[in-house]
Amino acid sequence: MNDQTLFSIFFSAMVVNNFTLAMFLGLCPFMGVSARVETALRMGLANIFVLVLTSLSAWVLNTFILESVPYLRIISFIIVVASLVQIVEMAVKKLSPTLFRQLGIFLPLMTTNCAIFGLAIFQTNRGYGFFQGLTFAVGAGLGLTLALVLMASIRESVEFSDVPEIAKGTGLVLIIAGTLSMAFMGFAGLL
Amino acid sequence: MNEEIMKEDTGTHDPSLPESPETPLKETVSTFRLVATLAVAGALAGLLIVLVNQHTKPIIDKYKAEQLKIAVYEVLPGVERYSTYYLVNDRLSLNIPEGNKDSDYRRIYVGYDILDEVSGIAISRGESGFQDVVQIIFGFNPTTGKLSGMKVLDSKETPGLGDKIFKDMAFVKQFFAGPETPLIGVKIGAGKGKPNEIDTITGATISSKVVIDIINHALEEWRPVIDRGIPKAPVVSKFEETKQ
Amino acid sequence: MRKTTPSQDFIRGIWNENPVLIQMLGLCPALAVTNSVKNALAMSAATFFVICCSSVLVSSCKRFIPNEVRISAYILVIATFVTLADMLLQAYAPVQHKELGAFIALIVVNCMILGRQEAFSAKNNVYRSLLDAIGTGIGFTIALVMMGGFREILGTGSFLEYSLFGANFEPWVIMVLPAGGFLTLGFILLAMGFVEQRKKTKTTLTAEQSP
Repeated sequence: MNDQTLFSIFFSAMVVNNFTLAMFLGLCPFMGVSARVETALRMGLANIFVLVLTSLSAWVLNTFILESVPYLRIISFIIVVASLVQIVEMAVKKLSPTLFRQLGIFLPLMTTNCAIFGLAIFQTNRGYGFFQGLTFAVGAGLGLTLALVLMASIRESVEFSDVPEIAKGTGLVLIIAGTLSMAFMGFAGLL
Repeated sequence: MNEEIMKEDTGTHDPSLPESPETPLKETVSTFRLVATLAVAGALAGLLIVLVNQHTKPIIDKYKAEQLKIAVYEVLPGVERYSTYYLVNDRLSLNIPEGNKDSDYRRIYVGYDILDEVSGIAISRGESGFQDVVQIIFGFNPTTGKLSGMKVLDSKETPGLGDKIFKDMAFVKQFFAGPETPLIGVKIGAGKGKPNEIDTITGATISSKVVIDIINHALEEWRPVIDRGIPKAPVVSKFEETKQ
Repeated sequence: MRKTTPSQDFIRGIWNENPVLIQMLGLCPALAVTNSVKNALAMSAATFFVICCSSVLVSSCKRFIPNEVRISAYILVIATFVTLADMLLQAYAPVQHKELGAFIALIVVNCMILGRQEAFSAKNNVYRSLLDAIGTGIGFTIALVMMGGFREILGTGSFLEYSLFGANFEPWVIMVLPAGGFLTLGFILLAMGFVEQRKKTKTTLTAEQSP
């Protein structure tokens, strides 16, 4: 087991080991939906929700099922994540069709979002308990949202500047991400 | 629509597979067929994984055991042999109760010198570090309380910074120089020359403190047990290796 | 769908539709484990194994997989091979396994692999799918080794742990850190954009001159 305090887990997941900027998890939405602050924010919030659910299911799996068959971990996690995303999708569609329309393609795409699967794997590797896992999920989700929103606001301002032709597109996004990642390294000393 | 199907299909499930999944219904695929396909796929996947696992597990375990042996001798310099003691009902024991799994018990490695006296104890312990769990093994002398060595077994700390806990020899050497316990971590130059100070690494303060914390926590936990006495290990010849 | 020759299937993934550099798929491993060439090679090898096995299996079983559950079935297949790769690496290359850690498990969510199953293996025969998988795997390896090379040379002053510049070289530690991953890939893309632009201007120039 693991006796890290909840505060340090939260803070570590959110800024120090930011999922996107330090561990490269969840890069697809980071590249894809970071053009507008509003969509970025919404995507981030949807992520937090799914991350929390994933953390809960991973905990259940680890505690009750995978104890005796650890080698089936990868396969069962991916199946749970895939099912979860679809259940959430159906629930959102039923409960709030407006939100469903706004989220659009991002929701199903979460199945292959490494952040979600990565959370389950890292939580297991570190031996987090129930509350530690939850804190980790919320922290990681907020970290993702933070990175997405920061990126989106930078991209919104860059849009009006005179960027050389070759730098338009992913190259520029990656270099901005590199700069953000460097900035986030500054948080490392805080813990 | 295939939620329930997928959920049940974690690969471990029952072998009561439907006889023929190839019902010739091309247009409207029945739920039964969907379930059957995934069930067959899941069962095959599970079977394959179990087979490969049976093949690779002994190799992995053997490698781990060898690595452990090397590590124990490294952190307990000068020991002739060592025995593994398990913590059973708060007491040290050479054997675990019948019918239990070896991995369920925590253990220490007691090293003996040439006269068959206890000369050092090695403990392995992991705690989460900067990125992921840091697993270390360290040795100490139970009579003086001084450390005799430390080795990082597993760490995914940041390359270039956190990985200095095993790459920065100036840091590692401090643990071999016999510091007293409990350890305290100090910034380089900020120490007062006390015998239990360890200089942390600039740029890897958290990782270095994790190492120090692991050792302190492990000692806190194990000292009472060790002080209650170590049952005498049967004298084995020098060439007969103790079991891992 | 446009007909392609087998050699096109093979070549396509290597450069023109390079999964990492052109299609921007599988960025997570491409950035996370390329701080040394060795890690990049180990990751490529594992991914190569997974994509080839999955493609062969998916293309040979495509008749039996109903359309409704195909994605789930693909994921199941991929997850199985990733588990196998994980166990085999741990048994035969324990040092690399330790270095790569959780990122081996993360091969499951590498969109590149699922993408090839859905886009190619589900519609083509075993031979073509295998060629496609090998091509994509080689393309992935090229991208990873390229990044690993850049980052290792600049970040530690060595290549495959063989020191290049002697003791006086001050390594750019930033290159082996996460930020370095983003920057390296960013600069590679800029360079590719530059080359592309030069090519375009040249062709327009010649087009203007010739008539």
